[in-house]
Amino acid sequence: MSTLYETLGGEPAMQAAVELFYRKILTDERVSRFFEDVDMEGQMAKQKAFLTMVFGGPSEYSGKDMTEGHSHLLDQGLNDSHVDAVIENLGATLSELGVDAASSKSALSIAEGARDDVLGRRGS
Amino acid sequence: MRVTHSGRTVEVQNGETVLDALLRSGENIPYSCKAGSCQSCRMRVVSGSVPEAAQVGLKETLRAQGYFLACSCRPDGDIEIESDIQVQSVVGVVRARDRVGEDVLRIRLEIDDELDYAAGQFVSLVRSDGLARAYSLASIPGDPSLELHVRRMPGGRMSGWIHESLGVGDAVSLRGPFGSCFYVPGRPDQRLILAGVGTGLAPLLGIARDALARGHEGPVDLFHGALVSGRLYGVDVLRNLERCHRPFRYHACALNESQGDPETLRVGAISDIVLSSVKETLATSRVFLCGDPGFVNDLRKRLFLAGASMQEIHADPFTPTGSTTDAN
Repeated sequence: MSTLYETLGGEPAMQAAVELFYRKILTDERVSRFFEDVDMEGQMAKQKAFLTMVFGGPSEYSGKDMTEGHSHLLDQGLNDSHVDAVIENLGATLSELGVDAASSKSALSIAEGARDDVLGRRGS
Repeated sequence: MRVTHSGRTVEVQNGETVLDALLRSGENIPYSCKAGSCQSCRMRVVSGSVPEAAQVGLKETLRAQGYFLACSCRPDGDIEIESDIQVQSVVGVVRARDRVGEDVLRIRLEIDDELDYAAGQFVSLVRSDGLARAYSLASIPGDPSLELHVRRMPGGRMSGWIHESLGVGDAVSLRGPFGSCFYVPGRPDQRLILAGVGTGLAPLLGIARDALARGHEGPVDLFHGALVSGRLYGVDVLRNLERCHRPFRYHACALNESQGDPETLRVGAISDIVLSSVKETLATSRVFLCGDPGFVNDLRKRLFLAGASMQEIHADPFTPTGSTTDAN
């Protein structure tokens, strides 16, 4: 069975997907402040790596990196409600890309799996 | 296959990536996803070539400079690579200095050796005592001299010295080129949108002339903004470019002007003028933004949100050096 990553068209599709996703995040008042980075390209590269993982593409996902990458945001108040908002935006991105319900559900559950890493709740 | 990096040569085993070979040999290379997306392991090839797959996802300006991702690179021949960009050093002799605006000097420098640069990149100008500041190139590679635009900064040590003391016949050292804000040939029908404030005009002028010299056929719109129209400079050069090249259009923008001649001046914030002028074609345009970082970063975000692809936005924010007394 092919992955969603392959179905969507591989790397070039990830570029298009991350642009859709990042536009949604930046215009979502609930979470935009966490993503407003002067280095927009660097910020998007990280998100692209995350989407590639969520879509079943080539990835070396490291929960530890995810925890380290977000620890400074915990001090700024990052919590479950923000993760909810990001996952909601991911869902909207998937439907905009025309992803079917079953694939969408599986991608969202992979993203959901990163929640505890992002919020630093995974035991070290 | 062998990879040479910072003087050391490492054997790459069949099917192995450059990143894995370097890590195996004990080199400390930054990396993260190892899957070609995070770009943490970006390096640059200086001799030999890398397979196309090693450059997937990189902006075309980076590909043109030989950048690749070590984690996606399975070389098919010997290559030499580096982590940092290679910098050339040349000596420039001032051949002309002209006041082109209220506080802007145009400096033309003849160099003693070739400088391999792309129009729109910048160089570091180094004074004999070591003081160094970055200036964008307004010239294109075929020109007989390098052209820099130097705005006099309040209390600026380098710009003050250039304005007061640097004369025709004097020599300065130059290091570079730096930066990834330039035109890469291809897609000649695409619309080019160039926007800048202050001496952000310098790189934009180079980029526009370069694109036109390479036969770009799509519209080339250059927006230059200032507080008042009297602070705009280079107007003659730009109007002349407009007369000589049909696709080129110059849009002079001034923020505080009671009324402009609608034929020659647009009144308002340059970012708003750019957005309202190009909105419909944004998804397929290529954008170049230069000058004050506040302006560049704000307009980049607004253009992206309005539909421009980040891969097509090339930006050069002029980051000031240290404190105000240290600014260029």
